[in-house]
Amino acid sequence: MRKVYESADAALDGVLFDGMTIASGGFGLCGIPELLIAAIRKAGTQGLTVASNNAGVDGFGLGVLLESRQVKKMISSYVGENAEFMRQYLSGELELEFNPQGTLAERMRAGGAGIPGFYTRTGVGTVIAEGKEHKDFDGKTYILERAVIADLSIVKAWKADPSGNLVFRKTARNFNPPAATCGKICVVEVEEIVPLGSLDPDTIHLPGIYVHRIVQGQHEKRIEQRTVRKKEAV
Amino acid sequence: MWDRNQMAARAAQELQDGWYVNLGIGIPTLVANYIPAGVNVTLQSENGMLGMGPFPFEGEEDADLINAGKQTITELPQTAFFDSAQSFAMIRGGKIAMAILGAMEVAENGDLANWMIPGKLVKGMGGAMDLVAGVGRVVVVMDHTSKHGESKVLKRCTLPLTGQGVVNRIISNMGVLDVVPGGLKIVELADGVTEAELRAATEATLVN
Repeated sequence: MRKVYESADAALDGVLFDGMTIASGGFGLCGIPELLIAAIRKAGTQGLTVASNNAGVDGFGLGVLLESRQVKKMISSYVGENAEFMRQYLSGELELEFNPQGTLAERMRAGGAGIPGFYTRTGVGTVIAEGKEHKDFDGKTYILERAVIADLSIVKAWKADPSGNLVFRKTARNFNPPAATCGKICVVEVEEIVPLGSLDPDTIHLPGIYVHRIVQGQHEKRIEQRTVRKKEAV
Repeated sequence: MWDRNQMAARAAQELQDGWYVNLGIGIPTLVANYIPAGVNVTLQSENGMLGMGPFPFEGEEDADLINAGKQTITELPQTAFFDSAQSFAMIRGGKIAMAILGAMEVAENGDLANWMIPGKLVKGMGGAMDLVAGVGRVVVVMDHTSKHGESKVLKRCTLPLTGQGVVNRIISNMGVLDVVPGGLKIVELADGVTEAELRAATEATLVN
């Protein structure tokens, strides 16, 4: 089966539908599937529920799907960098489900691993625990969190081989592997597709079994907070 | 009273050799500048990195290398990268010895509020709820009172909680307090602060 597609549009052909749930990799603007997001904008798919740690910024990342009003609901841990998000949320146009960051990552991991839910200490005694099953283990209270299973995962990796084996780069890995595993279909954009056999099997971060479609493209890779130090004068 | 840097320097005294530590955004980030000589700690960044290095030199920024505050950083010889699920597995699994975090309110029972003010812009809890529920020890660094002089060290938190009974030690601009059975215990006074001043600025029950 051929996994490599010519363009982001082609890689998403036939998998998008109104009202679907999408799991997206990325942390802030780092390691986000920017080409697939742009292609979803172009496709105009409506009523999306998007599970993603963040919601991009105005004009970049998931922010472009908010601008075009394609997102009905976000499941995120932190959304502070996006004015349009806040405007839509405060006016009631956009639903928001806050998840603690580790709970969101584990919900995705569990979804991909066939685990329907898990107990965690995170959020006990907070608003996050309201309405959730509580259970004591060894004298400590935990809450039940459910897995996320998405209709589609959109992921950014550094390199892929044609079989879908993926390698990520530095902190751009972040939510991409757990997001990749929890989708019924996983589409990945990469900076480079390398020949079969050129990735060391011991260094593959995510095996190709999770990956259905791959597209290579040019990435802007915008930096959100450029912080530097001066070189000391010698 | 201690300023931001003095609070960070005092918080750095909490670090022990060999520890893996998570530093929150704001004053806690400054703690990295005051790690005592001879104390080797590995900083965790919850977006997927152990062994966080300093900011890069100008021109050497890498869009793929950021910390949890989305700032460009660098790696060290001992750096390891991993995904978000593994990052929070090590947090939830108690492998991180200590987190140093900011706070809006702390209560005498160790409750912490630092993510949400009802009616104001809500940005989200990020990884704070996971950290306070999972790490071995939670130290908060905060101003003791609000701009209006109201105590932020309370009998009960008024803001939505980040965690219940999770704080071990408070380092404020007025001193250091520990959460102990029955209330808070004064450990240390900041430079130029009297015990009477600290007591007057503290709503929480103080025990000996």
